[in-house]
Amino acid sequence: MRKVLLCLLLILGSPIAFGIDTDKAFEDQVMQARYETIIDEVRCLKCQNQTIKDSNAFLAADLRREIRRMLTEGKTDAEIYDFLVTRYGEFALYRPRMSGKTLILWLAPGLLLLGGGFVLVNILRRRMAMPIDGEAADKE
Amino acid sequence: MHRFILPFVAFVLLIVVFSFGLFNDPRKLPSPFLGEQAPTFQLPSLTEPGKMVGSADYAGKFALVNVWATWCGGCRQEHPFLLELERTGAIPIYGLNWRDTRPEAMSWIRQLGDPYEFSAFDEDGRVGIDWGVYGAPETFLINADGIVLHKHLGPLTRGAWQSDFVPLIEAGGPTS
Repeated sequence: MRKVLLCLLLILGSPIAFGIDTDKAFEDQVMQARYETIIDEVRCLKCQNQTIKDSNAFLAADLRREIRRMLTEGKTDAEIYDFLVTRYGEFALYRPRMSGKTLILWLAPGLLLLGGGFVLVNILRRRMAMPIDGEAADKE
Repeated sequence: MHRFILPFVAFVLLIVVFSFGLFNDPRKLPSPFLGEQAPTFQLPSLTEPGKMVGSADYAGKFALVNVWATWCGGCRQEHPFLLELERTGAIPIYGLNWRDTRPEAMSWIRQLGDPYEFSAFDEDGRVGIDWGVYGAPETFLINADGIVLHKHLGPLTRGAWQSDFVPLIEAGGPTS
């Protein structure tokens, strides 16, 4: 029983050993929460489908370190995102900000939906105008 | 006949979109510094640890800033071409040794040759972040006013040099 418990404990504890962000947490809970939100919004440029929160690439670790530094220096979230965007471009943010360059990204889903809806309505209209085979046959 | 026009146009548009996706490497990101002032930096020199080197050293002339590291395979690949370029004297090359260790970088320079005017030693990668570096090798072309004219991602080849760098340098006047 003891051995089983020990095994269970080791298995449950193993994620700690594989933790990615091994830096010390902020003592201030609010700061820690801000930090975690920001690193979850920033793309790891080296491993593009991961946030810097999920990635153990050294670039992600460096960016986390810089964000941590800026937070301790009292920078606002907007200033931190600005820092990243001026260096790496809007692509660094998982939710790019609305601007001339990114407008198409934001509008495209709506436009596609409108276009698709338009096509759908047209097709349905045309179908409704068509005589139904059965009906037509009954009338004869 | 005309009922085929709309699907055909849609098909052609899709092909355009797909070929754009096919021939564009999403790992190659445009630099936000293109056409902008290059970031400045000051770091210890790789070969002379006591000496500070930086962007001030190439102010007023055309320069290449090449980001390299000993752990980077592409850097080894482009190294012979950098040496060749240095020999032609076409443009001074400045190295940014990124996220490396001094002994390894020094022995690289000793064994493979040194194409650089200097290599700045960016041990913790902070200057790399300022430059928006995300994967070595990266090569920036900077003009006399300190503007980034071009950024090359991956190993620098003769072909890329001829087609992407030379015209920009010729258009921008003499390199000295």
